[in-house]
Amino acid sequence: MRSAFWIGVTGFAALLAVIAAAKGVEPEFRAHAWIIAVCFAAATVVMLRQVRFAPAPEATGYQDDVVRWGVIATVFWGLAGLLVGVVIAAQLAWPQLNVDPWFTFGRLRPLHTSAVIFAFGGNALLCTSFYVVQRTCRARLALGNLVWFVFWGYQLFIVLAATGYLLGITQSKEYAEPEWYVDLWLTAVWVAYLAVFLFTLFRRREPHIYVANWFYLSFIVTVAMLHVVNNMALPVSLVGAKSYIVFAGVQDALTQWWYAHNAVGFFLTAGFLGMMYYFVPKQADRPVYSYRLSIVHFWSLIFLYIWAGPHHLHYTALPDWAQTLGMVFSVMLWMPSWGGMINGLMTLSGAWDKIRTDPIIRMMVLALAFYGMATFEGPVMSIKAVNSLSHYTDWTIGHVHSGALGWVGMISFAAMYFLVPRLWGRERLYSLRMINWHFWLATVGIVVYAAVMWVSGIQQGLMWREYDDQGFLVYSFAETVDAMFPYYVLRLLGGVLYLAGAVLMAWNLWMTARGRIRDEVPLVPAAAGGQA
Amino acid sequence: MMSLFRHKSLERNATLLLVASLLVVSVGGIVEIAPLFYLDNTIEKVKGVRPYTPLELAGRNIYVREGCYVCHSQMIRPFRDEVERYGHYSLAAESMYDRPFQWGSKRTGPDLARVGGRYSDEWHVQHMIAPRSVVPESVMPSYPSLLATALRDSHISGHLEVQAALGVPYSEEMVASAVADMYAQADPEADTDGLVARYGPVTIRDFDGQPGRATEMDALVAYMQMLGTLVDFTAFRPEENLR
Repeated sequence: MRSAFWIGVTGFAALLAVIAAAKGVEPEFRAHAWIIAVCFAAATVVMLRQVRFAPAPEATGYQDDVVRWGVIATVFWGLAGLLVGVVIAAQLAWPQLNVDPWFTFGRLRPLHTSAVIFAFGGNALLCTSFYVVQRTCRARLALGNLVWFVFWGYQLFIVLAATGYLLGITQSKEYAEPEWYVDLWLTAVWVAYLAVFLFTLFRRREPHIYVANWFYLSFIVTVAMLHVVNNMALPVSLVGAKSYIVFAGVQDALTQWWYAHNAVGFFLTAGFLGMMYYFVPKQADRPVYSYRLSIVHFWSLIFLYIWAGPHHLHYTALPDWAQTLGMVFSVMLWMPSWGGMINGLMTLSGAWDKIRTDPIIRMMVLALAFYGMATFEGPVMSIKAVNSLSHYTDWTIGHVHSGALGWVGMISFAAMYFLVPRLWGRERLYSLRMINWHFWLATVGIVVYAAVMWVSGIQQGLMWREYDDQGFLVYSFAETVDAMFPYYVLRLLGGVLYLAGAVLMAWNLWMTARGRIRDEVPLVPAAAGGQA
Repeated sequence: MMSLFRHKSLERNATLLLVASLLVVSVGGIVEIAPLFYLDNTIEKVKGVRPYTPLELAGRNIYVREGCYVCHSQMIRPFRDEVERYGHYSLAAESMYDRPFQWGSKRTGPDLARVGGRYSDEWHVQHMIAPRSVVPESVMPSYPSLLATALRDSHISGHLEVQAALGVPYSEEMVASAVADMYAQADPEADTDGLVARYGPVTIRDFDGQPGRATEMDALVAYMQMLGTLVDFTAFRPEENLR
């Protein structure tokens, strides 16, 4: 009965999409509608083939199928997003690599950012939150098959966003580029996600809600708020892609950066802190360092983060009072951020030797170290005097990547290494030495990337404001672009190293899932344990 | 210890936790964003800012479609070097009809807030088709398809209608004649009295150098050429617009 309902829904949705494809006012929208129709038709066929006429057995135990799919999606989108990043890095060094109209930097850059943030990061958050909430509540995911709608609905959102950018369908708000109908779809998926998570909390068999779930819950509910407010728009036609945002100019700018900074604060920070609060204590086999610190830094983090948006608009036409408020709260934000880092790192107290013996712990420690560095650099850059130099330059890009590659990437990779042997029922990972290789490739990649972007950003910022003795500007803009070439090439190298590490991970996890164990010299000689 | 004791109630009740965290995260946005809608001095009082003509709006939508904002800002900061390089610092009033805003966040290429009138139409067309033929150091993608693609009318009157519903001062007459106005602005031979009557002194030219043919290049260059040109800065008094 239930499956009949869902088959009806997807079949009807496929039909609606075909009608939209026929009636669409723009060729881009018609192409997009065909993609939607094919996705729903495929879903209908797949579900029809699974129909069983006997009543389904009562599900018991944890719902881990969706977590397994989530791990696969995380690794797949991670590779895709990093690859697009490498491609657009190459386009900046060698602009001949742009292919008009579909594969230009302007269309591929949102594809890269959305793929790594929402496809890779989003799937990592979905699958770890489903894994963690079940374990820490000792309860199966609530609301039955709704979680499958969340998972596949989210994948459809990603496909629509990505193909939309290539077709030129964008509302041009950074990290919120998808157009109105894709936004509406994501809203439905997100409300379902909140429902599944919240109802699982309701049926927990533990008196307390574990700290990881506070972070996951606040991430889900805050992202819902940000998404809905920032994407409020009026479509030109119900069968067309174009819409106009309800806010204009300065109000739109602050709403956008309120959204975008908290996409960082809640999507890329609070959610991944939830991940940290489960996987670090688990892997280290130690309790969380301080319960009180987790309370203090949770509430102060979520309160302060939301104020920090205006630091993206320093010295713009945004009124000064708003800029100053944004700066002050950004500087204060340093404290709760480091509260989280300290709580994570100090969880290892008494188990510090594991940094040497356990490459997954090493990855987690690196993630926390980069979290600490990025959340120190951020407040520094939000100071107006610093921002006057750093804004509009590669320094910002470097800052984002030390957070994204260092913190978000590494904590997610560590979680994947933790999850795969457990989810596929394997004794251990295929290879520990390959994790070590992944660790070093990624670390060197991030360091090259961030260092190069510091140099290029500060250099370009200084060149723009360089005056000669006569009081004339020294450099034309084109000369400052020319000076960036070696840095763009080196940045590409950093990205390639990071991608190479991720490819190793994909291979390692694939072989682990297949139950293989690599014939290799143990990472830590057996005798070393005795000496330590 | 009292506070920790109270925290227990949040930790043991998922609904309470949800509501409390939603309240906590709402404060910042309300305090910072809401006043921008009612504080009078948020947008400066200036003369000259008008809604985009249909052709300029079509050009702006191409600018949005191609993601130009990822490399070009449209926001000049009040620093000596920026004002000398790009012109008068940007005012909030200049983007009051911009949906969405295009201030940007990165200058891989130069700021475009006042690029209007700085280069000839021929330069822009050549620069779009083959950027390195006019700026050898440029890393901009080439956009030859703009010159080949005919400008679609793409329900442009519907676009004006939606913006009017959102508060942009497009009159019913502007909406009704949007398609004709769009093509007229790119055609010096056309009857453009109505267009000028509705929008004021707008630039009417064959922007792409292909007479008799309206392309996406016409629209984009028309948009480029009006950027930052609307405000009459001889009548602007910064001291009357302190914020």
